[in-house]
Amino acid sequence: MSGRNKSVIIILSFFLVLTIVLTTTIGSTDISIDITAKILLSKFLLIEKTWTDGQEAIINDIRFPRVLLGALVGAALGTAGCAMQGLLKNPMADPYIIGISSGAAVGACLAFVLLLPVQIISFVFALIAIFIVYNISKTEGKVPVDTLLLAGIAVGSFLAAVTSLIIYTAGVPHQIIFWLMGGLWTADWEKVKISFVMIIFGIIMLNRQAWNLNVMLLGEDQATYLGINVEHVKRYVLLFAVLITAAAVSVSGIIGFVGLIIPHIMRILVGPDHRILLPSSALAGAIFMVMADAMGRTVMKPVELPVGIITALFGVPFFIYLLRKRRKNIYA
Amino acid sequence: MLEVRDLDFNYNGAQILKHINLVANKGEFIGIIGPNGSGKTTLLKNVINILKPGSGAVLINDNNINGMRSRDVAKNVGMVSQGVSINFEFTVEDIVLMGRTPYIQGSENIEDIDIVQDAMKKTNTYHLRKRLITQLSGGELQRVIIARALAQAPKVLLLDEPTSHLDISNQIEILNLIKNAAVKGMVVIAVIHDLNLAAYYCDRIYLLHDGEIIATGNSHQVLTPSNIKRAFNIQAEVIDAKTTNSLYVMPVLGARV
Repeated sequence: MSGRNKSVIIILSFFLVLTIVLTTTIGSTDISIDITAKILLSKFLLIEKTWTDGQEAIINDIRFPRVLLGALVGAALGTAGCAMQGLLKNPMADPYIIGISSGAAVGACLAFVLLLPVQIISFVFALIAIFIVYNISKTEGKVPVDTLLLAGIAVGSFLAAVTSLIIYTAGVPHQIIFWLMGGLWTADWEKVKISFVMIIFGIIMLNRQAWNLNVMLLGEDQATYLGINVEHVKRYVLLFAVLITAAAVSVSGIIGFVGLIIPHIMRILVGPDHRILLPSSALAGAIFMVMADAMGRTVMKPVELPVGIITALFGVPFFIYLLRKRRKNIYA
Repeated sequence: MLEVRDLDFNYNGAQILKHINLVANKGEFIGIIGPNGSGKTTLLKNVINILKPGSGAVLINDNNINGMRSRDVAKNVGMVSQGVSINFEFTVEDIVLMGRTPYIQGSENIEDIDIVQDAMKKTNTYHLRKRLITQLSGGELQRVIIARALAQAPKVLLLDEPTSHLDISNQIEILNLIKNAAVKGMVVIAVIHDLNLAAYYCDRIYLLHDGEIIATGNSHQVLTPSNIKRAFNIQAEVIDAKTTNSLYVMPVLGARV
């Protein structure tokens, strides 16, 4: 990795840690930043206890898992979006484009109506949706990306109709609407642990394909001439992008725009090389998600806004600003 | 050594290539000429195993290319395709490094970097290495693509009309580079539309017509008025120029036969 790339990663990592600590101090109870930092550090270091048990409980059991979950979800969506845009060579691609979110939504609706565990059912339905899309697209052992995209959008629309049907006929459980908007208020350590394993593993595996994704941007024929087994790379990237997206969606619902916009912003800032683009999209996605959630918790205090609303309301104008500033085709 | 042995290729029931036999040795610069649609590109794609022959085989040093892993094919055969355009903002250095893809496990090592720098120096692209690939002229881009192919270090280098969209000075520069690669020990096979450039640069020429090789040998044996008439359906005069010691094919304009 070049020196410049290293410093991008170091700077983003620093900002992520800073963001996590700062946003953990934010909430309805005032807990100062030094107390917050001490409580967080007391996990690793021996620090004299100058805080109350109540403060420790708020930080440890409520705020910190929520902030961490936000970081994980943001990192997953940033990475998956970046990988899908590279793989599909399509600037409109995001982690949801081939039907993951629609599948997860159907699963979540069913789970709410039938009182089943939402996280597991939505995860399973997301994978089923992709399995269907993948097999529709497959012809003669190959999966043309254009067909994959169209099949994904078609199946996604179908599943969206199923979701509407369930909401319409089952009455409108408030939870479903909240879930569809995406939010992190159900965060707990259990969710952090499960998604941590899947998301970190998936992100590492996707980063291992960074070079192949670069070469595949030249076109599938060129990539083949350069020795890449194109179909193998497609399956691999799809598998892990789907895994981390499904893991994110199952704990946080459908949080929009992060997976679309973060990779574009990072592409403007660091260029198209996936060796730097993938990790920086993960870090930027995490930072952005944690900040957006902190904002959602505070702007209309004591009412909490779903983070999905914040990501779009604040993310999109910033993205448009960058688009205009750049004044040329950012996704050549 | 490359051997194409009795190769047939069919697509949707039509026979595109018929009984192709071609042998090319280390250090040779082989030209493939023929009219549009005669199967030149299809032949190259069979040699690089992206299309699979109906019957017959492609052998490199007696190893059948069919059944090799993609990575191994790329170590044996490289391809410079027609009209490459790259729309993503990679640097020239990155694009040339992509030639090392079949060798790189994990990330590039010092040897890869050396080979890439060497390839850029040979192709006069070293000074462009930090430039974005999207900002190059046609001639510069083609030199970078050739640098990438040299960095790939295949035993056989295929080129599909490597000069057709370039001006005359760039055409000569590119063909000199390719000729040099052959002299250094690669098998080079290029589809070339310009018969005069083919005559000057190629050690041997194969003339394709309707998926069949209708003539092969040196330029004097292949570029005869009757072969040209049969393949291209034009009347041409072939002149042996003393200054360049090479043949020139002059179409007799207006005399369509």
